[in-house]
Amino acid sequence: MWGIIRQKVGTGGISAPSMERIRPAVSAWRCYSSSGKEMTVRDALNSALDEEMSADPKVYVMGEEVGEYQGAYKITKGLLDKYGPERVVDTPITEAGFAGIGVGSAYYGLRPVIEFMTFNFSMQAIDHIINSAAKSNYMSAGQINVPIVFRGPNGAAAGVGAQHSQCFAAWYASCPGLKVLAPYSSEDARGLLKAAIRDPDPVVFLENELLYGESFPVSAEVLDSSFCLPIGKAKIEREGKDVTITAFSKMVGYALKVINLRSIRPLDRATINASVRKTNRLVTVEEGFAQHGVGAEICTSVIEDSFGYLDAPVERISGADVPTPYAANLERMAFPQIEDIVRAAQRACFRSVPMAAAA
Amino acid sequence: MSLIHRSSGLLKPLAAGPASLLRRPFSSATDDDATKITVETSVPFTGHRIDPPSRTIDTTPKELMTFFVDMARMRRMEIAADSLYKSKLIRGFCHLYDGQEAVAVGMEAAITRKDCIITAYRDHCIFLGRGGTLLEAFAELMGRKAGCSKGKGGSMHFYKKDGGFYGGHGIVGAQVPLGCGLAFAQKYSKEDHVTFALYGDGAANQGQLFEALNMAALWDLPAILVCENNHYGMGTAEWRAAKSPAYYKRGDYVPGLKVDGMDVFAVKQACKFAKEHVLKNGPIILEMDTYRYHGHSMSDPGSTYRTRDEISGVRQERDPIERIRKLILSHDIASEKELKDIEKKARKEVDEAIAQAKESPMPEPSELFTNVYVKDHGVE
Repeated sequence: MWGIIRQKVGTGGISAPSMERIRPAVSAWRCYSSSGKEMTVRDALNSALDEEMSADPKVYVMGEEVGEYQGAYKITKGLLDKYGPERVVDTPITEAGFAGIGVGSAYYGLRPVIEFMTFNFSMQAIDHIINSAAKSNYMSAGQINVPIVFRGPNGAAAGVGAQHSQCFAAWYASCPGLKVLAPYSSEDARGLLKAAIRDPDPVVFLENELLYGESFPVSAEVLDSSFCLPIGKAKIEREGKDVTITAFSKMVGYALKVINLRSIRPLDRATINASVRKTNRLVTVEEGFAQHGVGAEICTSVIEDSFGYLDAPVERISGADVPTPYAANLERMAFPQIEDIVRAAQRACFRSVPMAAAA
Repeated sequence: MSLIHRSSGLLKPLAAGPASLLRRPFSSATDDDATKITVETSVPFTGHRIDPPSRTIDTTPKELMTFFVDMARMRRMEIAADSLYKSKLIRGFCHLYDGQEAVAVGMEAAITRKDCIITAYRDHCIFLGRGGTLLEAFAELMGRKAGCSKGKGGSMHFYKKDGGFYGGHGIVGAQVPLGCGLAFAQKYSKEDHVTFALYGDGAANQGQLFEALNMAALWDLPAILVCENNHYGMGTAEWRAAKSPAYYKRGDYVPGLKVDGMDVFAVKQACKFAKEHVLKNGPIILEMDTYRYHGHSMSDPGSTYRTRDEISGVRQERDPIERIRKLILSHDIASEKELKDIEKKARKEVDEAIAQAKESPMPEPSELFTNVYVKDHGVE
């Protein structure tokens, strides 16, 4: 049911010029890729880890079930056999402990990739992510840098309930000293994970469980072991001309004409604002809670930088302001669906008169 | 070359002919290394799941004098910091280490700069022991450019990576998993070096300590957890915070040693022993029985939860510098006057460093935005 959801537009009343037909099938992509190869996000992450571990003996993986279990979500499959238990380290269920050990080893110069089974569990270790990792380079005026990656699934899965469904993008992205990345496609997964591992600063790498099994086309360039994506650059998946829609991670698949943020911190404000200056309208999309969310930041950024260009109020679509319910119908209501994005885009497009217009 | 035996380091010298051979001014270094002096620690070590090392230790006049000089310098630095704080040149938090000098000095004497030390926020003297200078310390405390963290860290965030000192941490207990991480990296890199992760009796109850200790034991990491038990976690006495204040036993399956932390020789012996142990056997806990004369920090008079008699009692009976002074005098290694001169010299050194630190400017405004990242991606 999940995956790249495509919906036929054109039923009942949607006649805005901005809403073009969304492609009906994934297979349409195949015609456009040059190598004709596809790769799941899972394999993309696995191959990225493998290549970076092969290239740099200081890179190691640590977390629960990363070794013998082959990874709770099989992201680290095969790595234990290839690199041995010294470099693929199974831990007890003690996030505060192993996150701290990871950061300490990074102080010394190793390049750990710490896996949280989901980012919900990262809260047990968040002191080490923020106070031990993010702030060290600053507090030591450059003496102690922390080349660590914290990675794992973030946000909602399906039916896992309130304690296992939160999106932490806004939490981590508010903290100076961290870099926060959120891949969508396999290309994103490979390029951004490689960039994260090679980066000398702490990186929070937010994956999505429901994307792991999704396949995306990958070019020969993406498959090359030197492939790397820049941190801090968003990708315009397809240029829209009537409204700028921003999204990250799974939500990117919900809209065709969208800016795939890829990087939450640093946020690619330049690309977002340049797009809004052309379309004059903004809708942000995220799974996480609205208050103090990623969308709130983007909306404010656009108001600060491009207010004069806006023809409609900026709008953020986000998860419902509730702990995630279990019942399938309620859960569906708790997260943005394509209809919500469509409605928001329409609102943005039809409000051509400024809200504050007065005689 | 004579050998003088001491049954407990504080007694008068044997009245024998050879004693006169030992009388020399400190400045002459001719036989200082060749002369062996044997001392005993104040109390024997107590072991948990381990046979403790001997309480009989060999030393030299040179080492004794070095201990005195180093501890006097540390003591002077902390007292001066107290005055600077009261004159508002130091802001925020300032946690002083006077009374605990023997731990910093004894540990340093047992290890190399390739071994790592990590501690909490009472870090000024450890920084000095690792090769940090008085100027860097005072400048950092006063928030100046010449500080070890360029003024951006403050009292709790001193670092000296090239000296194997990884800070300086403000979150109680966090430094213990970090220290186990340093040990992990040392083992991963196949080095024969160890990490000392220092924490207080307050931090000893932190869950993350036990998480890290469990992994250190599982993976045989060369990690030495050192509990600097000064008996008060801020204002809470150990018996009010810990059901079991026998911190050297709290590792359960991990061996431990209880050490008189006011006796620099006991500290040195324990650290030497621990280093050898962990390189072969995985982690160990050292509990240093020590004492801080100041309150928890400069905001704490230190008298609402303990008596002045207790403080002065420790100062009388157990002061680490006094212990070494008596040893030096009883072995005729230096005279009272020479020792007083050393203390005067330390005071002068400290005063000069403070004067120099006061000259150092505050960081440039542009420094507000530097070092957030190593690799900036053109962020605003």
